[in-house]
Amino acid sequence: MYTSEMLASMKNVEKTRNERLHAAISRMGAEEKDELLQEFHPDYRSSGFQVLKVGPNKGSKVPVELAELLEGHSRLHSDQLDLNQVDYDVDVLIIGGGGAGASAAIEADNGGAKVLLVTKLRMGDANTMMAEGGIQAADKANDSPAQHYLDAFGGGHYSNKPELLEKLVLDGPLAIKWLSDLGVMFDKEQDGTMVTTHGGGTSRKRMHACADYTGAEIMRVLRDEVSNRGIKCIDYAPAIELILDDKGHIGGAVLEDLDSHEHLVVRAKTVIIATGGAGRLHYQGFPTSNHYGATADGLVLGYRIGTELIYADAIQYHPTGVAYPAQIYGALVTEKVRSLGAQLVNSEGQAFMHPLETRDVAAASIIRECTARHKGVPALDGVALWLDTPMIDILSGEGTIAKRLPGMLRMYEKFGIDLRKEPILIYPTLHYQNGGILVDSQAETKVPGLYVAGEAVGGIHGRNRLMGNSLLDIIVFGRIAGRNAAASSAKCELGRLTLAHIDKFEAELKAAGIETTVVAPKLLPTYTHGRQARVEK
Amino acid sequence: MEEMIKVFLLGKEYTVPATLTIMDAMEYAGYKLVRGCGCRSGFCGACAVVYRIKGSTDIKVCLSCQTHVQEGMCVGQIQSFPLNKRSYNMSDIKPVDNIIGQLYPEIYGCIGCNACTKGCPQGLNVMQYIAYAQRGEYEKCAHASFDCVGCNICASRCPAQISHSAVGLLARRLTGKYLSPHCEHLEERVAEVASGQCTAAVEAIIGKPLEEIKELYNKREIEK
Repeated sequence: MYTSEMLASMKNVEKTRNERLHAAISRMGAEEKDELLQEFHPDYRSSGFQVLKVGPNKGSKVPVELAELLEGHSRLHSDQLDLNQVDYDVDVLIIGGGGAGASAAIEADNGGAKVLLVTKLRMGDANTMMAEGGIQAADKANDSPAQHYLDAFGGGHYSNKPELLEKLVLDGPLAIKWLSDLGVMFDKEQDGTMVTTHGGGTSRKRMHACADYTGAEIMRVLRDEVSNRGIKCIDYAPAIELILDDKGHIGGAVLEDLDSHEHLVVRAKTVIIATGGAGRLHYQGFPTSNHYGATADGLVLGYRIGTELIYADAIQYHPTGVAYPAQIYGALVTEKVRSLGAQLVNSEGQAFMHPLETRDVAAASIIRECTARHKGVPALDGVALWLDTPMIDILSGEGTIAKRLPGMLRMYEKFGIDLRKEPILIYPTLHYQNGGILVDSQAETKVPGLYVAGEAVGGIHGRNRLMGNSLLDIIVFGRIAGRNAAASSAKCELGRLTLAHIDKFEAELKAAGIETTVVAPKLLPTYTHGRQARVEK
Repeated sequence: MEEMIKVFLLGKEYTVPATLTIMDAMEYAGYKLVRGCGCRSGFCGACAVVYRIKGSTDIKVCLSCQTHVQEGMCVGQIQSFPLNKRSYNMSDIKPVDNIIGQLYPEIYGCIGCNACTKGCPQGLNVMQYIAYAQRGEYEKCAHASFDCVGCNICASRCPAQISHSAVGLLARRLTGKYLSPHCEHLEERVAEVASGQCTAAVEAIIGKPLEEIKELYNKREIEK
C-alpha cells in the first residue's frame, strides 16, 4: 500500500524502534513551547486572519473564511416571511443534533418543557460521533477537580474563563455517572474501576473511554434516549436565521427544509445554539477531521443578533490527522494512540518530541519537523511524519491495539495497512474551534433566552483545549443549557416576533463599505475533487 | 494522467478518477450531497449504498465514504432505512425476563442465512450477536455489536425483518447501565463534589495570582 519512498523511510523507523521503546524523551519547557508556537503554529500566520469590520467583535481578527461568513448577507430578507404563520410553537428550540443538543434536549424534557430539536443532517450526525479517544473527569483517588482545573488552565495558556472551567471540572464526575446511568459502556476493570489513560497535557490518568468509539457510544445512547422520550426532532432542517421579539428577547428561528427548500417558522421562548464547529471551512487550506456539516452556522446566527465571540482566532489543529492514504486524508487518528505509547518519528527514525505534549505544541512541533528541519516523509499533499503504532503492542502486549483501538485498526485495514505491524503517516488536521460564543456559567448569552452549548461555546478551554475535555463540555454545558432554558421558558411571555435585526446588520455592512455576495450560514461545503469546471459548448 | 473509469451513479453514466471513493465520485460528478453523507470517516453510517458491477448478478452493499469506485459500478443510495426501533424507559426495564426478546420478538425469526454478517461494512458477526440476544446473553451481544455504526445495511438484507442495530444498542445500554461492574470510585467522587468538598480547592487556584498558578502548573507532578 505504501510507496517505495515511504517504505524506505519506514526502514529508519523500524531500525530505531528497539532503542526508542524505553528511552526517556523530555518534555519541553514553558519558554521553548512559546517560541515554537509563535514560529510554527498556524494561529500565528497572519495571512490566515482578517479583522472584522462590523458586529460585536469589530476590530478583532478571526480566520479569513469565518470573517467572510460573519460579514455575509442573511439568506432571508426581513419582510420575506409572515412571522405570524408559525409552523412550530415550542418552549425550547435546540439547534443542532450532536452531543450537546441531545443532552440539552433530555434535560429540557426533564424540566417539563415542550422541546423541538432541529438539525442540519440527521440526529447524531455531528463531531461527537467522531470523537474517538475519550472523556476526562477527575474521579480517581489520586486525582481531583482542582488538578483537572490546573491541567486545563495551563494547557489553555491561562486564558480559560475561570467560571466556565470551574463548572466543567466540578461537574465532570457527575457527567460520567449520568452517561453511565443512561447505559454508556465505559471501559472498566473487573472490579468496576474505570480504565483511564493520559491525554496530551494531563498530569493524571483521567481519560475515560469506550474503546476508540467513545463519542460514537455516547452519541448513540443519547440519540436513543431522545427518541425513547418522544422528543420532537426534525432532520435536514437547519436554522438559517434567529428571530427576536420586539423587546429584544429571543423568539425562535427560521429553518430551511433541505428537502423541500421551504422556510419554516419556529416560535420559541428559549433557544439553544448547539451547532458545533467549523472544520469544514478548511481554514488555511487544512484538511479536517470534522463532520460534513461543521460550518460554524451557530456563530454566524448569533453574531448577526449581537452575541459576542471569544477566542475565535484560536483554532485547534489535531497533531495526528491521516496524511495517507487519500481516501481518509485528514481523518482523525485519536490521541489515544499516543496515550498508549506510540511515538512521533521523523523520516530519519528520530523521536523528536514527547508524544504527549498539548495539541497546539505537538502540531507546531510536527510542522517544524516537516518544514524548517526538512525531516518529513513525502506523502500526498506535501510531507508527513510517522506515528509508530507497532510500539503499542510491543509495550503493552499483543492484542492491545485490537482491544483498545478497534476503530483505528479497521479504518486502516480497509486500505491495506495493518497498523499493528506498520507505522502510519500523519500531519496536523483542522480539528476544533477553541473559541466561540461567549456565555456565562449558566450557558446563557447576553441576548435574553439565548443559550449556547458544545463546540459553539468559547472560553471553557481558553486558547487550546485538552483531549477529552470536549466530550465532557458537551455533556456538562448541554445539560446546564437544557435545564436553564426549560426553567426560563416557564416564566417567559414573548412579544411580537421580528427579523428587524437583518436590516440593522445590512446597514452596518453597508456603512462599513463591505460589498460581498456571500450568504451565510454556509450550511454545507462544496467539493469537486479536482474536477474542472465544465465549459458550455 | 490519472486512470479514469466508467461508473453509473443513481442510473447515470459518469467518467471519474479510479482513485476516488464512491462518495467523492458523486461529488466529482457534480452532486452536492445532502443526504447520504455524514462524518466521511466511516463512523456514522449515513452513507450506505447498494451496488453491482454491470453485468454481474451479485448485489453488494458498503459505506460509500470507505469504498473505492470500480469500473462498471452501478450505485444506488440507501438514504434512510425504516428501522423498527421500539421505545422503552431505561429506568423501567432490566436485563431480565428476556426483555430484548419481548421488545424485539422478530429476532426469533432469524433463518440463519447470514446475509446480515456478509453485508456488515464493519466486519461484525451480526448473526452471532443476534443469537446472543436470542439466548439472553446481553453482555456478549453488547461486546459483539460494539463497533456498529448503525448504517442498517444488515436490516436491509434481512429476510426475517430484524432491526439488528436497534437490538445491539439495547443490549449495550442494558450492559452499560446494569451488567458492567459498578464503579465505586466514581460514586464516591460524585458524592464529594455534591457535598461541596471539592469546590474550595478549585477556588483556591482561581484566587491565586497568575504567576503562582504558572508555577504550580509548570512544576506539577505528572503521574507515570
